[in-house]
Amino acid sequence: MTDTRSIVVVVNGKRYERAVDTRQTLADFLRLDLGLTGTHLGCEHGVCGACTVRLDGAAVRSCLMLAVQAHEKTVQTVEGLAGNDELSPLQQAFHDKHALQCGFCTSGILMTMTEFLEENPSPTEAEVRAALSGNICRCTGYQNIVEAVLATAVALRDKRNAAL
Amino acid sequence: MSTSSFGASPKRKEDRDLLMGRGRFVDDIVLPGMYAAAFVRSPLAHARIKSIDASAALARPGVHAVLTYQDLPATLRERRMPLFVPHPTLTPRMQYALVKEEACYVGEAVAVVVADDRYIAEDALPLVEIEYESLPAVSDCKLGASPASPRAHLDLESNVVSRMISSVGDIVAAFRDVKHVFREEIFQHRGGAFFMECRGAIASYDAAEGSLLLYVSSQGPHRIKRGLLDLYDLSDTQLRVVTPDVGGGFGPKGSLYAEYPVVAACSMKLGRPVKWIEDRRENFVATHQERDQYWDMEIAVDDEARIRGLRGTLTHDNGAYTPWGIVLPWISVATVPGPYVLPAYHVELRSVLTNKVMATPVRGAGRPEGVVVMERLMDRIAREFNLDAAEVRRRNFIQPSQMPYNVGVIFRDGRPVVYDSGDYPACQDAALKAIGYADFRQRQAEARRQSRYIGIGIGNAVEGTGLGPYEGAAVKVATNGRITVSTGATPQGQSHKTTLAQIAADQFGVSIDAIQVETGDTAKISQGIGTFAARTAVNAGSSVHVASVKVAEKAKAIAAKLLDVRAEDLELRDGYVQLAALPEGAGVASDNARQIRKSLAELAVVAAGMPGFAMQDGAEPGLESIAYFTATQSTYANGTAAAEVEVDIETGRVTILRLVLAHDCGRLINPMVVDGQVMGGVAHAIGNALYERMIYDDQAQPLSTNFGEYLLPLAPDVPRIEIIHLETPSPLNPLGIKGAGESGTIPTIAPIIAAVEDALSPFGVKISEAPITPQRIVELLGDAALGRTR
Repeated sequence: MTDTRSIVVVVNGKRYERAVDTRQTLADFLRLDLGLTGTHLGCEHGVCGACTVRLDGAAVRSCLMLAVQAHEKTVQTVEGLAGNDELSPLQQAFHDKHALQCGFCTSGILMTMTEFLEENPSPTEAEVRAALSGNICRCTGYQNIVEAVLATAVALRDKRNAAL
Repeated sequence: MSTSSFGASPKRKEDRDLLMGRGRFVDDIVLPGMYAAAFVRSPLAHARIKSIDASAALARPGVHAVLTYQDLPATLRERRMPLFVPHPTLTPRMQYALVKEEACYVGEAVAVVVADDRYIAEDALPLVEIEYESLPAVSDCKLGASPASPRAHLDLESNVVSRMISSVGDIVAAFRDVKHVFREEIFQHRGGAFFMECRGAIASYDAAEGSLLLYVSSQGPHRIKRGLLDLYDLSDTQLRVVTPDVGGGFGPKGSLYAEYPVVAACSMKLGRPVKWIEDRRENFVATHQERDQYWDMEIAVDDEARIRGLRGTLTHDNGAYTPWGIVLPWISVATVPGPYVLPAYHVELRSVLTNKVMATPVRGAGRPEGVVVMERLMDRIAREFNLDAAEVRRRNFIQPSQMPYNVGVIFRDGRPVVYDSGDYPACQDAALKAIGYADFRQRQAEARRQSRYIGIGIGNAVEGTGLGPYEGAAVKVATNGRITVSTGATPQGQSHKTTLAQIAADQFGVSIDAIQVETGDTAKISQGIGTFAARTAVNAGSSVHVASVKVAEKAKAIAAKLLDVRAEDLELRDGYVQLAALPEGAGVASDNARQIRKSLAELAVVAAGMPGFAMQDGAEPGLESIAYFTATQSTYANGTAAAEVEVDIETGRVTILRLVLAHDCGRLINPMVVDGQVMGGVAHAIGNALYERMIYDDQAQPLSTNFGEYLLPLAPDVPRIEIIHLETPSPLNPLGIKGAGESGTIPTIAPIIAAVEDALSPFGVKISEAPITPQRIVELLGDAALGRTR
């Protein structure tokens, strides 16, 4: 009936070895097999971005990937952002700037923007909005999310400059 | 801790869990032994079911049950889904939980498959063999209203299920001997809420207790419970409905959907919890939507452009059944008058059944549509008289000195619309000043010289908020001193756990961290209505205030007896009841004075009573109080939105350059939260003005069933939103609050449309529809759009 494969995947720094149905999506693997329900399903057709995780560092739609495609790769989900229960700078900025309301799209946006800020340390507002265009939010109107991302960029630059 | 919490913007208590991926949405809940359900849905908009054969589906390993109408428990076969809002003019039409014989919209649930997991359940869906006989479908409500139209249900005499007249003043006199009469036909297209978290429910039936637990992503579990008690003869304590975290609601999650009692039936039959989560394709066909609305209106004005009367018709696409009666189009009709003096008003509303999924309130709940109608008419008057659009509005405003102002129209709460407070002229002035309205024509002329087409638009709205009948709060201090507020309010992002904590915190003299707000659970408070219609701050906020005041008084009364002081000299602070100030000439060091205090825990223990001892003065036990604040009527907020846009005349693309909203919702509990609600609401308006069209073909087949075809506003589509707050406190509740949840949406569609039309005025383009899409703009421009770069 269904085909199973054994996969080894490192998720948020922890190694897992599991047998999965070959047709199971990466999103469902994370949510159901590993109990990491912070990654959300909003459309399952690759538009809304709620399911975004980082695969070997790259932001990807976990709803459009199969779990078997993550074999021997690393995955970071929203649960892996905070260190020792301390919010990451971006998470803290979301809190400070009221960048979430219902919170359902938030995990996907955090993953997308964490990668974006690593690659774009000094973004303009227009660049932030363009980078956000793969994540739909129906609650906030985006403005506070943009503020939070810009504030994080500043905070991270200040931290780097202070360390120099 | 001496700063007041009300009016401050403390950061949200909700955030930490959500940010760390520890939110608890329905699909995150796993119960032991849980099965998964999937629904077989009609692929035709109108069809008779001739036969169903589930044997192949049942044979698939991992499938545990397939239920059709015939397999439902007796009460679900005998009783249709309940109607909560009947109306004398309405011929109601409600569905059975699964289609009995005649499917009436694409997506209507015909059967349910229960399996080990969702993958297997979906494998089995096409194995349920159903023979459909296709029937003619009603797709357009205007056509559907005609006697020659096919019937949306075979047994209907007419698709028109309600004809309601709203009438104020003498409309005949208003139009008699009047020189200036202008007619507008305005079409507002179907669209939907499209929250990011699809609907879902988990039913867990405990056969030993005969009790049912239902987790559901909703806007109010109490009303869901009420509906289920109509369908299942459970006792009040045998049914508990719980709504955990909700990923957006915007209206449609407030309905009682057929899937919920069906999932319950599955759990009852199988003796296991059963989970159903809607996927996005189902969401496009089975979650309620809003509109179409066809308006045909005539406005009569005097020589000074002052309105004498307004009359016309609204033909409303209700969809296939009437779960919300005529509430939605009625709200539209009652909203049209807006902030203007309207001596006579006469609208006939026709609500028409079509073979589409039902139309029920979506953010704004019909009010934005009413605003679009009135504001398009105002712009028409301005054009005809060659007057400035703002000036026409100024001449017609209700003045602050006229408050309270009886509009005359009867609202859905059965009472006449009476605006209690607000300064409409000041609100418009504030918005126009902020957007630089005075200089705009000059900017526009300069732009045109560079072949750029910019335009400006205004929208004024008065919105009924704080709808009754109540939202309660049970405030309790436990015997260990912990303070809890339980309410029927059910947030889907509106920050109730923070804002309601702020109100309670002020009475207890603590920070919001010391107040735990519990929402969305029928077991935690007896009566509830839910969070929708911008009602929670007014209703629940007032109840939290009243109940907290009572508990504080009780605490002081008990402490006064124990400390042998007067209650009036006591205050609550940081978990204690203590002397507010040192007694005159006491000569006691301040440290000692603070020892003259009792902790809330101690007082709660005293209030709980001791075996063998009577309660003091016959007091009721417990340091607790329940309040159900009841609004006498809606309280009216208002806003003015102004938009400046640029239109690319080759592509039809609209860019919003500036968007300003001047807004009055009375006193603000948490300004940060209000601003967030307003900005989110504006994004919905942008969607409704420019992007969102739920498209059906002429056989009522939904054609736009994914986010590539139904467009939601994305980050580059929403500009920075400039918000100006005015504050006219409401006289109708103790805190002076008005609702704000829909304020960003209601006034904001009209000015975007108006601005596009204004930008294209050199080409004589007139726009009488929403949304206005690039294709349509190019179509309206005709030859003027061609060859600009050649």
